Amino acid sequence: MKRRPDYLAHGVLGLGAALFALPVWVAFAGATETAGAINRGDLSLLPRLAGLRSFIDVLGYGASADAGVTIGHMLLVSFAMALVIALGKIAISALSAFAIAFFRFPFRMIAFWAILLTLMLPVEVRIIPTYAVMSEFHLINSFTGLTMPLIASATATLLFRQVFLAVPDELVEAARLDGAGPMRFFLDMLLPVSAPNLAALFVILFVYGWNQYLWPLLAVTNGRLNPIVLGIVRMITTDQITPWNLVMAGTIWAILPPVVVVLLMQRWFVRGLTEADK
Amino acid sequence: MERRTLFPGRALPAFLVLPQLAITALFFLFPAWRAFVESVRAVNGFGLNARFVGLANFAALLGSGTYRATVLRTLLYCTAVTALAMAGGLVLAVFADREIKGRAIYRALLILPYAIAPAIASVIFVFLLQPEIGLLTGVLKQAGIDWNYVLHGGQALGLVILVGAWKQVAYNFIFYLAGLQSIPRTLIEAAALDGARGWYRFRTMLWPLLLPTTLFLLVVNTVYAAFDTFALIFALTGGGPGTATETMVVKVYRDGIINLDLGGSAAQSVILMALIVALTVLQFRYAGGRERT
Repeated sequence: MKRRPDYLAHGVLGLGAALFALPVWVAFAGATETAGAINRGDLSLLPRLAGLRSFIDVLGYGASADAGVTIGHMLLVSFAMALVIALGKIAISALSAFAIAFFRFPFRMIAFWAILLTLMLPVEVRIIPTYAVMSEFHLINSFTGLTMPLIASATATLLFRQVFLAVPDELVEAARLDGAGPMRFFLDMLLPVSAPNLAALFVILFVYGWNQYLWPLLAVTNGRLNPIVLGIVRMITTDQITPWNLVMAGTIWAILPPVVVVLLMQRWFVRGLTEADK
Repeated sequence: MERRTLFPGRALPAFLVLPQLAITALFFLFPAWRAFVESVRAVNGFGLNARFVGLANFAALLGSGTYRATVLRTLLYCTAVTALAMAGGLVLAVFADREIKGRAIYRALLILPYAIAPAIASVIFVFLLQPEIGLLTGVLKQAGIDWNYVLHGGQALGLVILVGAWKQVAYNFIFYLAGLQSIPRTLIEAAALDGARGWYRFRTMLWPLLLPTTLFLLVVNTVYAAFDTFALIFALTGGGPGTATETMVVKVYRDGIINLDLGGSAAQSVILMALIVALTVLQFRYAGGRERT
């Protein structure tokens, strides 16, 4: 068969790619522009080399609404938050899936359904009462309050349960013959054989944790614990004159970690996503 | 499906599920219960003396024209976002499944928005379309369009729909592409030998095979549009101008946190819970055939 380039496919995909990548490119170019030029409406699509230093400057910049808290600090908060949420979700979900798949204990199915119920109770539908619980336990403005309520995960538990159920019986029996107790089996066999799933789940959950907005909006009222996503939105809504070049530099910082994680682990992530969500 | 080989013991497994159960009970089930309790009570203006009012909060909501308008707006929003995002994802996936040069790059660029926070997507679009300085605003003005989403409700609604869809196309693209790639190549080649090409092949072969994916995505996208777009809308327009972009989740936040109408907000929470339970049950039914092996 003779081959000529598939012009139609290139056309459609090129248009799609432009639609999704160009806005990010404009944000990047905007970061390198001067604030004055942007406010006059002269924004060029070509980045200014001299303007690249905004990416460094912005790390020390703090929105006036959150006195003394810099974008650099917010990035650190976001990193800590995303890591604790991702690793915490993986840890407690793997443990509960292990218990549910490998043991028989009273109320096992009730526990399983209670965990599944969290799927049906996103923060969006229980804003006020969750806030009330948080403040009764004095968790407002604490790192625990920012992360712990987000650590329960029905999706991760379901995924681990599926993976664990598929582990061959021979493996379990071999481990038992070798005298391995349940926890030894869990750590030395179950987790290593689930490594690809762990990696995929980590990507999905890191992105989830990093991109949180509503929860920090409720759980944090002083700037010290603002994650970057919240901080950037505050920069455009509270300041009298928005320093757009810095906002865009901060925006690029805010999307960089999840984008890098997704692109680097694309293959695992795509498989994990299509398996986990079904 | 259950395992045949098990470990003995009762205390250990109970201890292992405890952390997850404790968080679930404290931050999910208990607040949900409280929403039910609050939804049948009314609190006076000082936040004291709550009293039982039965279904009065619900009656007040359903009787209010603003709430009914919000429900209709949410319906419109979900339909528009779901339709745009799914059609976009499907078209791109069909072409990305072809064997062309550079498709790895196309794929990487197309899944990019998945990684971007909804609130940050809104910030980028504010930058592009802000009434005074936006890059695209200038283009629209030259085309004779009086673009100002801060003032014009219709434009604001159109904008939150577009950004909502922009953010979700990547997800649908990933699922449709996975669906297309799971179709056996031999099947496609056999169809090609029979002369099935282009639109005809898509309509008679690919589309029916993708139907399970489509049903699954239909539910997931509806849930996304109804519940996960709070950050996107709130950061972009705050629900305004007026109530032009106020969907149900935005209204719960505005009524509860900003206007401090606790009973009304709790009643709205209960309605939203009923909605998401219904959608989740649908999702499990459609995904069920594939998951429960």
